[in-house]
Amino acid sequence: MIPALVFLPLLGAIIVGMLTFVDCNNDKAKKARIDKIAHWLTSGPLLVSAVLAVLIFNDVALNGNARTVELFTWIDSGTLDISWALRVDSLTAVMMIVVTVVSAMVHVYSAGYMHNDPCVPRFMAYLSLFTFFMLMLVTADNLVQMFFGWEGVGLASYLLIGFWYKKPSANAAAIKAFVVNRVGDFGFVLGIFTVYVMFDSISFETIFNAAPLHAETTIKVFGGEFHAMTVACLLLFVGAMGKSAQLGLHTWLPDAMEGPTPVSALIHAATMVTAGVFMVARLSPLFEYSETALMVVTIVGGSTAIFAATIGCTQNDIKRVIAYSTCSQLGYMFFALGVSAYSAGIFHLMTHGFFKALLFLGAGSVIHAMSDEQDMRKMGGIWRLIPVTYALMLIGSLALAGIWPFAGFYSKDIVLEAAWGAHSIAGGYAFWMGIAAAFLTAFYSWRLLIMTFHGTPRADERVMAHIHESPKIMLVPLMVLAAGAMFAGYMGYENFVGGNAEAFWGDSILVLPIHNALEAAHGAPFWVKYLPLAVGLAGIGMAYVFYMWKPQLPGWLAGQIRPVYQFVYNKWYFDELYDWLFVKPAFYIGRNLWKTGDGAIIDGVGPDGIAAATINIARRVAGMQTGYLYHYAFAMLGGVIILISSYMLFGGG
Amino acid sequence: MTNFPILSLLTFIPLIGAGFILAIRGKKEIADRNARQVALWTSTAVFIMSLLLWINFDTTTAEFQFEEHIEWMPAFNIAYHIGVDGISMLFVLLTTLLTPICVLASWESIKDRVKEYMIAFLVLETMMIGMFAALDLVVFYIFFEAVLIPMFLIIGVWGGARRVYAAFKLFLYTLLGSVLMLLALLAMYNDAGTTDIPSLMNHTFPAGLQSWLWLAFFASFAVKVPMWPVHTWLPDAHVEAPTAGSVILAGVLLKFGGYGFLRFSLPMFPLASVDFTPLIYTLSIIAIIYTSLVALAQEDMKKLIAYSSVAHMGFVTIGTFTLTTQGIEGAIYQMLSHGVVSAALFLIVGVVYDRIHSREIAMYGGLVHRMPAYAMMFMLFMLASVGLPGTGGFVGEFLVLVGAFKANSWVAALAATGVILGAVYMLYLYRRVIFGELKKEHLLKITDLNKREVLIFAPLAVLVLWMGIYPSSFLDVMHVSVANLLDQVDSARAAHLILAAGQ
Repeated sequence: MIPALVFLPLLGAIIVGMLTFVDCNNDKAKKARIDKIAHWLTSGPLLVSAVLAVLIFNDVALNGNARTVELFTWIDSGTLDISWALRVDSLTAVMMIVVTVVSAMVHVYSAGYMHNDPCVPRFMAYLSLFTFFMLMLVTADNLVQMFFGWEGVGLASYLLIGFWYKKPSANAAAIKAFVVNRVGDFGFVLGIFTVYVMFDSISFETIFNAAPLHAETTIKVFGGEFHAMTVACLLLFVGAMGKSAQLGLHTWLPDAMEGPTPVSALIHAATMVTAGVFMVARLSPLFEYSETALMVVTIVGGSTAIFAATIGCTQNDIKRVIAYSTCSQLGYMFFALGVSAYSAGIFHLMTHGFFKALLFLGAGSVIHAMSDEQDMRKMGGIWRLIPVTYALMLIGSLALAGIWPFAGFYSKDIVLEAAWGAHSIAGGYAFWMGIAAAFLTAFYSWRLLIMTFHGTPRADERVMAHIHESPKIMLVPLMVLAAGAMFAGYMGYENFVGGNAEAFWGDSILVLPIHNALEAAHGAPFWVKYLPLAVGLAGIGMAYVFYMWKPQLPGWLAGQIRPVYQFVYNKWYFDELYDWLFVKPAFYIGRNLWKTGDGAIIDGVGPDGIAAATINIARRVAGMQTGYLYHYAFAMLGGVIILISSYMLFGGG
Repeated sequence: MTNFPILSLLTFIPLIGAGFILAIRGKKEIADRNARQVALWTSTAVFIMSLLLWINFDTTTAEFQFEEHIEWMPAFNIAYHIGVDGISMLFVLLTTLLTPICVLASWESIKDRVKEYMIAFLVLETMMIGMFAALDLVVFYIFFEAVLIPMFLIIGVWGGARRVYAAFKLFLYTLLGSVLMLLALLAMYNDAGTTDIPSLMNHTFPAGLQSWLWLAFFASFAVKVPMWPVHTWLPDAHVEAPTAGSVILAGVLLKFGGYGFLRFSLPMFPLASVDFTPLIYTLSIIAIIYTSLVALAQEDMKKLIAYSSVAHMGFVTIGTFTLTTQGIEGAIYQMLSHGVVSAALFLIVGVVYDRIHSREIAMYGGLVHRMPAYAMMFMLFMLASVGLPGTGGFVGEFLVLVGAFKANSWVAALAATGVILGAVYMLYLYRRVIFGELKKEHLLKITDLNKREVLIFAPLAVLVLWMGIYPSSFLDVMHVSVANLLDQVDSARAAHLILAAGQ
């Protein structure tokens, strides 16, 4: 059952990938037929996988039957022994549900959304390929297989961001995503090496069992001696930061919105970007032994939450707003992990998966209706025209803003309570950043809703005349996700973070007794419990004031704090900084090393220099053959003199 | 099977094929066609036969297998001695695989002097197999040097506009190293009284002499690898060589250096190898970062891939000198996978060169619109080149870095930056050639891969994935030999330490 779940999407991807090469020769009927086949050959296996995931979830998580399926050896060299295996415990089972359900919904939705695209089979194949890699990632039983899935989803992301390869901006964004992730992966592999040197193994089973013995071990790396667990965890966390777009390595995520919207929903909201969160939760038996690493995770998470939220308030592209929102929500998940509330982090991951996919697909529905317009300044006043989409977007936003009784309320609250419950400086920092971000989240969500759906229409007549509700095949997946956004929080609470949590998670997550933030969270005072809700409502209220009742206010405020506004609007100038710091110098240095280093110096002194010198000497030697007798006679005389004098000096005695 | 001279047959059948081609007479067209056929069938037969090596290979011993020993110059204790172990066997297979592919790749693009061209390739195959199989210094030296002759001709006769410059540059560099190596060989014979490689491996050279010998061999191998700063012959040679020439150059010839380090430097001069490790690390790291940055700035596709080769071979030299199991196995694996991947990438460039006759990146763009199959193949090999897990490129790089991290974490970290840069220049290349709109006039009618080309790429594609998903097929072959090599180095060092302590 487990291998079937993982490999069905791959099978679909391979078969449909072949369909890419069927030449339709402008035959519309044939193309429609092929597209339909492609669509069902990928959606079908995915739906089966989703059903299997539910069955496995029931068996593994609810009935406690964690197990590992060994496939075959992968890399075996010396003491390094890596195998292909599928490890399924409660943590994996949860991820499998999120991945397969969201992916299946996105597959179905794409039939409607990508209807007019010339390359449907390729798109569907990529989506399924992505799902396969993601499943390999979450079922990994060792760090290297996780890395395989990790880079694999990165590849799928690269392919899908650049799906519309005619657009230069899409190509640039695709490369950026791959390369920034590679920077993160640089940390990941060094982390793997550190773990290997510490434990002489990279298999989860072995390292988790041995971790307590290595709690105090030190390791000599990079010219110093450090706490080994901290080094390993921090390096691995760099990988997580790249994949999950945390502060510093986040720049690729907004640009990734160049890809088709279903991709943004699946990869850049619900699943791939949460891989970093999953990784840290999976490695909780290591992170638990490094206070420093946990603190760093908390601070990075808290900072990203607020940082991305500020930018979200100023963007005008509907997808970019949601992208920054994703970035910010990932920050929440990370600081939950950082205070050892791994289960709360995963809980938020799950609910977020549903409501964020819903929001993205809803945004897709809007874009679809608006003839591919993404700028919210050119929308407005359309809620009566697309009421179902509007209602669904509203549900998603309520969940995102953390309003009772939607899913986000439960998960965001427990995350914030846990941060408070940690009673540490980092935890306190994350708590207040989280509260501030919760306010901004509600604000930008309603800013988005109001700008998109309310007010006077700002689109031109041609677009307005064309607005229509999306077909059923797009709306049904949205409804499934909306159900998740409404009920997943309430239904999951007891098992994920409530009284039943210990039995539910089993051995898949380790929390040391000294890290009791989650228990403390349940005993949080009234104001901690209701502050997030209150700021959420306040944020919504402010959005109404700003964009509904006093629409001149945002412009006035931006004018008052111009430098701050510019700074935030330009995304804190990260792109400009990196461009100036890395991109330009790399090309400049590369060029110079080539022309000067290789050309002028190495070749100039080396082969070309020697060749030139040889020719030069030859010419001089040739120059001596003048043909004048007295030259030769003179040379002979000189030779005789030298011979005789040296004979007298050295040989005569 | 023990008496069946399979290695000699593998080595010399290509030469017999070359003889046949030499004998072909008649009208140019027919003669050319026959020459191609003979070359293809000879090399294919050799490849199939070479599979016997793999099938019958005993992975439980570090001893040389399929050995043949014939007295040659008994007065000087020199013999025709060949055989393979877990380190060299797969290189023989790499050679026999790439040769028929080269013949096939030259099927239409070579129109002048077809007979001579095919002869050159078959002779080249003989030399390469002989080099990897040689177990006697003299035999080794002859093959090692003789390889240069057909390669020199392939570049110099069938190359591009600046072919003569490139050919001479290749020759000069290589010659310089070879002269020093020859002196070292004489010194070794003088000291050990034999040229038999297995005997020399067990011979202990005095520590002082080891350094000189190591340096002399280093001069020759560093040029072949090539290591920075003696790498500048490679981009020129690649750019000017015909496609198949580049394939062999990148696929097999570059491995001579890495193989030489493993066959000679480590087992015969273990003390010097340890002493010079910092030098190797430094040069390799410079090579990786420097050439990756240079690759980024290239405007010529072949040059870009040539520079990327230098960077990838930097991993090989690092891995070799980490003196760890993972490092050395990774180095061998990296050579094998680079042999396949870089060969495939040069073939990829060859496909569009045959159609448009330009290697300028700026001449292309948007090829995916008319060449989807080509785009897919290019994508696969590009990903293998950037070391994506699941492709052959990952396993080698990963193992090398594991070994390097064990030996020195700085080396691993610096070398790993090459993995980031590798992604940058390859993705950037791919984008400029394949993606974007198809606007350029001369590309509007370009055609996708034909059957012959699919036939060339299919085996390489399968191999790249196979090497990435189930590397055990290849790693199992080398385990015992690598362990044995490491034992040799360790015991030599231990003996030296005891000796030093005793004094």
